[in-house]
Amino acid sequence: MSQAILDELMGILAGGAKAASISHGVLALEIEPAALLATAKRLRDELGFDLLLDVTAVDWLGQTPRFEVVHHFYSTARLVRVRLKARVPEEDPAVESLVGLYGSARYMERECHDMYGIAFRGNPDLRPILLYEGFVGHPLRKDYPKDREQPLVPYRR
Amino acid sequence: MEGRTKLAPPLEYLTTKKDEFVGWARKFSLFPYPFVTACCGMEFMSVSATLYDTDRFGAALPRFSPRQSDLLMVVGTISHKQAPIIRRVYEQMCEPKWVLAFGACATSGGFYQNYAAVPGVDRIIPVDVYVPGCPPRPEMVIDGIMKLQDKIARERHPIIGERF
Repeated sequence: MSQAILDELMGILAGGAKAASISHGVLALEIEPAALLATAKRLRDELGFDLLLDVTAVDWLGQTPRFEVVHHFYSTARLVRVRLKARVPEEDPAVESLVGLYGSARYMERECHDMYGIAFRGNPDLRPILLYEGFVGHPLRKDYPKDREQPLVPYRR
Repeated sequence: MEGRTKLAPPLEYLTTKKDEFVGWARKFSLFPYPFVTACCGMEFMSVSATLYDTDRFGAALPRFSPRQSDLLMVVGTISHKQAPIIRRVYEQMCEPKWVLAFGACATSGGFYQNYAAVPGVDRIIPVDVYVPGCPPRPEMVIDGIMKLQDKIARERHPIIGERF
């Protein structure tokens, strides 16, 4: 059932993507960062993907472009998931924000900005959400030292 | 009632030392402030509820204001973001005060060594008793409370001035 829907979606969306595959029951599309907003709008308005599940990123240290911004969408009517992956370079790790389409993107993009330093153009509030003001760096990047601490309270000894 | 022997005279006085007396009184009236941040909270509930029952040690009534408590129980992982909060809670407590680090995370950071976790709450505030375990068994917590009671009983208690 869902396989047929995924195949149908793949036929619709694969043309605009660099690569498309079905992996673990999720239609995964690799797209250009510039096409993110348009693809998400199409998913929401034409294909019934009414839920933005997650915004995260992958740090492929050593590759160019270095970062991969990953969005997950879900259709509560058709019960299938779609994953959008867009590669952005280290010098300008930025994509368009989806706040205008999905309100829930507001916090998830803030978290992604905290952890990976991805800038979301159009998100009006990218203050730290899990980290604290004054934190230097992005802890889930692969080049952040795993034992580096930035204490807010000076240690007693 | 005929053949009953004469009762012993009632106890009219006893002798002790001031520190022992105050320590004895204090060790059975711990008012804990549970600072619960993580999964150890489940074990804290277990140890404070009926089956294990910290009431037996006088440490029953959690005070939800640090100003009314004298035992800070740090239950769970402390993150760097929380560190200013727990230090402030500690500073609001009135003397005398004691701190019990409950579980591996509060003791040493546990299995966390990363950007987020404080490697042991004793980096921020002084700790009297460490209870290891992930999470600790209730028996271990009770053992820790008894150790703290021994420590309180052995302490000097300089509350009382020259008029006592």
